[in-house]
Amino acid sequence: MSTQMRSQRVKVWSVAAALLALAIIIPNTSSFVILLVTRALAFSILVMSLDILLGFTGLASLGQAAYLGIGAYLAAILATKYHFGLGLDFWLVIVFGFLVGAALAALFGLLAIRATGVYFLMITLALGQCVWGLAYRWNSLTGGDNGINLRDRPKFGIDLSHDITFFYVVFGFFAVSLLLMYVLTRSPFGQSLAGIRERELRMRILGYNTWLHKYIAFIIAGGFGGLAGVLWAHTAGIVSPETVVLTTSVDALLMAVLGGAGTLVGGVIGAFIVIGMREYLSTVVPWWQYALGAVYVLTILYLPSGLMGIPQRIRQRRARSDKPAPTKKLALLSG
Amino acid sequence: MDTRFWLIQAFNGISYGALLFLVGSGLSLIFGVMRIVNLAHGSYFLLGGYVALSVIWTTGSWLLALPIAALSIAVLGLLMERIFLRPLGFDPLRQVLLTVGFAFLFQQAALDIWTGNNFDINPPDVLTRTVVIGGLYLPLYRVFMIATAFAIGVALWLVMEKTRMGAAVRATVDDAQMARGVGVDTSRISMLVFALGAFLAALGGVIGGAFLGIYPGLDFEMLPLAFAVVIIGGMGSLGGAAIGALLVGLADNFGKALFPEISYFTLYAPMAFILAVKPTGLFGRE
Repeated sequence: MSTQMRSQRVKVWSVAAALLALAIIIPNTSSFVILLVTRALAFSILVMSLDILLGFTGLASLGQAAYLGIGAYLAAILATKYHFGLGLDFWLVIVFGFLVGAALAALFGLLAIRATGVYFLMITLALGQCVWGLAYRWNSLTGGDNGINLRDRPKFGIDLSHDITFFYVVFGFFAVSLLLMYVLTRSPFGQSLAGIRERELRMRILGYNTWLHKYIAFIIAGGFGGLAGVLWAHTAGIVSPETVVLTTSVDALLMAVLGGAGTLVGGVIGAFIVIGMREYLSTVVPWWQYALGAVYVLTILYLPSGLMGIPQRIRQRRARSDKPAPTKKLALLSG
Repeated sequence: MDTRFWLIQAFNGISYGALLFLVGSGLSLIFGVMRIVNLAHGSYFLLGGYVALSVIWTTGSWLLALPIAALSIAVLGLLMERIFLRPLGFDPLRQVLLTVGFAFLFQQAALDIWTGNNFDINPPDVLTRTVVIGGLYLPLYRVFMIATAFAIGVALWLVMEKTRMGAAVRATVDDAQMARGVGVDTSRISMLVFALGAFLAALGGVIGGAFLGIYPGLDFEMLPLAFAVVIIGGMGSLGGAAIGALLVGLADNFGKALFPEISYFTLYAPMAFILAVKPTGLFGRE
C-alpha cells in the first residue's frame, strides 16, 4: 500500500471518528448548542457543494446562496401555503429541494459556465442578486422583507420539532451528502474536474468536453445547495431575504477557504467557526463583527491553503531543511 | 398614467442615476485598472455619509462636510490599497474575501461610532426648495444631484482624455503589462485610481444621504447596484459608467413603479445576460 493511499485511509477514518464523536456528544449538551450545531451542519452541505465548484473545479461562485434560498423558500412556501411537507411528504420536499436547486443551476449554468475567473465571480453575483431581488420584492409569494415563518417542523411517527431528533435527521443528511460528494470527487468524473482546475486548455486538447464537465458540476452543486436549503428552512424556522443575500454567499466562500478549499471537510470546519461566531459570539460580545472581519482578513493574508493545509505547510517547512520538496500548492483561482 | 407620470419617473430615474454614477464610475475605473472586485466599495459610500454627519454636527456646515468626508475616505481607500490589496497580487477570490472582511470591519466600526440609528443628512435650505420646469414641480435637490454628477463626469472625462495622467490610466486599462513596458508607473496609477474611486463613492454617500438616509446595511444595498452600473456600462470606461448609471437608475425607478414585485429581477437579469454575452459590458473595450 502506497503512503498516499494509507494517508487517505487515515483521513477517512479520522473524519468518520470525528462524526461519530459529534453524534454521541452533541445530544448531551444544551439545547442552544444542539441547535447551533444543527444549523452549522445544514449550512455545511451548502459549503461542501460550493467546494465542489471552488476547490475541485476551480470555479469561485459568488451566488451560491441562491440555491440555499430556492430550497428554503420551496420548503417554506409548500408548508405554509399548501400545508405540504409537514408529514411523511417531508421526504418528497427533500427530493424537490434537490431538484429545484439543480434546475436553477441548470438554468444559471447556461449563462455562467462560459465565464472564467473574475467574470465568473461577477456573473454568479448577478444571478444571485436576481434570486435575492425576487425574494425581497415578490411579496405575495415570499412575504417580502418579513420572510415566511415556519411554525411547525414535520411530524411523521417521529417528531422533528424535538431538537435532538431533528439534529439526528440533519446529521444523517449531512453525512450522506459528505459521502456522496467524496465519492464524486474520487470518481473519474471528479478527477477530470481536477484536471480542468489545474489547466482547462490541456483537458480540452485531450478531448474532454470541459464545458459539459463544469456544467454538470454546477448542477450537482446546485442540487446539494437546494437540499441544504430545505434543512436550513426547518432549522431556522424562518426564511427571509437574509437567506439569499450577498453576504450569505460570501460567508459560504469564506468558510470553504478558511477550512481549506478542495478538502470538503475543511468547509465544514469553516462553517462551524463562522456560524459559531455569527450565532454564539454575537450573543456574548458586542464587538463580534470585528472578530469576523479579522478572520476574513487574516485567512486571506496568512492561511491561503486554509486550516486543512496547515499540516502540509509544516511538513514542507521541515522538508525544506533537508532538501527542496516538490511544493504542491493549490492556487485558489488564476486568471 | 399620463405623460406627467412618465416625466416625473424619468426625472427621478435620472437623478438616481446621477447618484449611481458617482458610486459606479470610481468602481469601474478601479476594476478597469486593477481587475479588483472591491466589495468594500459600498462601505466607502456609507462611511462618507457618516463622516459628513459628524462634520455637520460639529461645524453645522454641509458645504464643509462634502470635501472632508470625500477626502478622508479617499485616504482610507488609499491606505487599504497600499497596505493590503497591492501585496495580495491578482487572485480575484482572495481580493473578494479580503475586501468583504474590511466591509465587515467598517460596518462594526460605524455601528460603534455612529450607533445603529437612521440619520438624514439635511442639505442647506437653498437646495430644499422646488423648482417648476415645464409645468412640473421638481425638487431642486435632485436637479442639484444631476448637475453635480454631470460636472464631475465632465471633469473626469477631461482629465482622462486631455492629460498625460489620464492617458496613462487609459493605457493601464487597455493593457497593464504593455503600459508598464512603455514606462507607465502602473502601481502609482492603481493607488490614485483607488483613492479617486473611494473619494467619489464617499461624495455619493454625502449627497445621497439626503434622500436615502444613512443607516447600517446601506453599504451592501449600494454595492450590487454599483456593480450593475459597472457591468452594464462596461468596465474601465467612463462613458460606459455614465450610460450604465442612467440605465440602472431608470430601470430601478420604472421597475419599482410599474412592476414592483419583480423590480430587482428586471435590473439584475439584464446584468447577468450582458455578462454572459459580452463580459466587458455594453461599452467596455475588448
